[in-house]
Amino acid sequence: MYVAVKGGETAIANAHRLLADRRRGDRSLPAVSSEQVIEQLALAVDRVMAEASLYDRDLAALAFRQARGDMIEAIFLLRAYRTTLPRFGVSSPIDTGAMLIERRVSATYKDLPGGQLLGPTFDYTHRLLDPTLLEDGPVEEGAERTETPEAVMRVSEILAQEGLIEGDGTLGEDEGGGDLTREPMEFPMSRDLRLQALARGDEGFLLALGYSTQRGYGRTHPFTGEIRIGEVEIEIDAPELGYAVSLGEIRVTECQMVNQFKGSAKVPPQFTRGYGLVFGQSERKAMSMSLVDRALRAREFGEDIVAPAQDEEFVLSHCDNVQATGFVEHLKLPHYVDFQAELGLVRRMRAEFEAARTASESSDRKEAAE
Amino acid sequence: MGLESDSLSGGFHDPVFQGQAVFRLVMDAMARPGTLQTVTDDTGAPSPLGIAAGAIALTLLDHDTPVWLSVRLQKSALPGWLSFHTGAPPAPEKAEARFAFIEAGAPLPSFGLFSAGTQEYPDRSVTLIIEIASFEGTTPLKLTGPGIAGGRIVHPSGLPDGFLRQWAENHVLFPRGVDVVLTAGDRFLCLPRTTRISAGAL
Amino acid sequence: MAETATPTPETLRAKRASDLIARATRAELATLIDTLGGPFEARPLRGPETGLVMVRGRIGGGGAPFNLGEVTVSRASVRLASGTVGHAQTLGTDRQKARLGAIIHALWQEAATRDSIETRLLTPVEQRIAEARGHARAQTAATRVDFFTMVRGED
Repeated sequence: MYVAVKGGETAIANAHRLLADRRRGDRSLPAVSSEQVIEQLALAVDRVMAEASLYDRDLAALAFRQARGDMIEAIFLLRAYRTTLPRFGVSSPIDTGAMLIERRVSATYKDLPGGQLLGPTFDYTHRLLDPTLLEDGPVEEGAERTETPEAVMRVSEILAQEGLIEGDGTLGEDEGGGDLTREPMEFPMSRDLRLQALARGDEGFLLALGYSTQRGYGRTHPFTGEIRIGEVEIEIDAPELGYAVSLGEIRVTECQMVNQFKGSAKVPPQFTRGYGLVFGQSERKAMSMSLVDRALRAREFGEDIVAPAQDEEFVLSHCDNVQATGFVEHLKLPHYVDFQAELGLVRRMRAEFEAARTASESSDRKEAAE
Repeated sequence: MGLESDSLSGGFHDPVFQGQAVFRLVMDAMARPGTLQTVTDDTGAPSPLGIAAGAIALTLLDHDTPVWLSVRLQKSALPGWLSFHTGAPPAPEKAEARFAFIEAGAPLPSFGLFSAGTQEYPDRSVTLIIEIASFEGTTPLKLTGPGIAGGRIVHPSGLPDGFLRQWAENHVLFPRGVDVVLTAGDRFLCLPRTTRISAGAL
Repeated sequence: MAETATPTPETLRAKRASDLIARATRAELATLIDTLGGPFEARPLRGPETGLVMVRGRIGGGGAPFNLGEVTVSRASVRLASGTVGHAQTLGTDRQKARLGAIIHALWQEAATRDSIETRLLTPVEQRIAEARGHARAQTAATRVDFFTMVRGED
């Protein structure tokens, strides 16, 4: 049975008007501008861009405001917007080695070339609420120290000199570059596609999965080889010009996780790696991503797949928060007819249950009487 | 610098509305196989590509659709024009092409060299845009199949050799198969893989 | 691109111009157009339009490419009355900026205007960027950890 109903237009229009009213809030306060959001809530903007898989600060800030600060709603808005745009091309792979570094730390080597650069970190803050922020007083600029630029070597290169660590994965130059926004997911999935899915995956979901590997569900003995945050150049081939044009810079966070590997019959014991790369400044996400990337390589290393974080179909089918919210939230939409059908079914089953019970009771009585 | 400015001229002056208008023509033509459609705007596609074929290229091609060109088209200014206006990359192999353009009189490559899609994804197949002499030939062909009430008679002139045999073989692959657009100057008709072609009148 | 031959000095100059035009602000471009005696007649060849470029990273930092996510890009191609064609592309959704950039790119190719574009736009933008990067680098350097050994011993 299918029943088409209409109605609710006025209710919907008024609900949207009420939403706009609540979004604006107290009119005696100035409205928040996108510029303020970009400058003062930068990490929220970064998260929206990373999980929307679209780097554009202005649009992300607009989405964040429009969504009243609801991250997943903002991500949804930006994802929807992206589908309206044509694709001009693909960039040359970004070179994180040539990054303008804003933060770089390693938990494996104290004195590594390039040093430990803390950057604008929450680490070492006391996590005490700061009432001075309520006053909008003057804020000092960052201190500066002039020094000759030093090459900031990757930690993987240091270990690689002794052959103690694997290289940058086994996929060849021409084997990567699959695009899950163009082709449907098929399992097993190659590592390039897995990384694309993780890079746009939900931070909370990946954080929980990464945490689960630390607590023993697919343990990988991780060390943070290196985290680096900074700006990289985006370059694209322009056939009409005959050379590659550099379009500008974007900020990314990269995490190299170093994991123990006991070796196999063919490979001597060495360190393996998990990789994380995320739009914007988000080392929690980059670290979680690298933990999950390493866990998902279980089959490649002949490890037993025993934990959720190692199960690629489970992880990759559920890490996209726009997909997830779509399916969870659709439950609130009218299911009147489905539910009527279920109601009919439950009534019929109860009637059958009652009939069976009455029958068995009467046969019990009969047996007792005999 | 780079490409000749010939490849930079032309194109849709109003990409959204012109693209939508041509898309509508192609959609209607695919839904009603054999009906003739006329493209009104000349997009300045380099010769020997026709007006209709040029407009279809601008409408359907983009960065995600590798395109294969017959030899003479490849040697014309067309590759640069397509690259500039649509961003479609050249397909190194026929099998990788999502669209293929064949100019009038060129030998027809075997359909089997192009992608016919897979059983799971029959849409991952090529669409061939073939230029012919005209739609005012003397030999009637009868089209039947979905989208055609009864039958429809068309009079294509200058169909490439072996076209009808290849088309019959293509039909057997269903749901896989290639789709064809026949163009002649500013006019075109569509032959989706579901259409059967037989000789003769109604 | 591996197959590309060594770029000529002129290609390098042209690339530098395109790269700096992409990084100029819309105000910087508009001011320059005024200074050069604009507005200039420029027929659109393509765009101005906004689209996406898929940003690729490399597995492990140096391995096979993978798709990280997209970035908004605006681009324009124009032909001046003189026939010179200019192209510009820049991050973001500012189509007007892309159009101004394309006009300036075309003017840069013309002998009469190249020098003033170099001195009034490209060099100042380059300096502005170098200065900003210098500050950022120095601020990061100030957060470098200088370890010093408190006690070292075997007991």
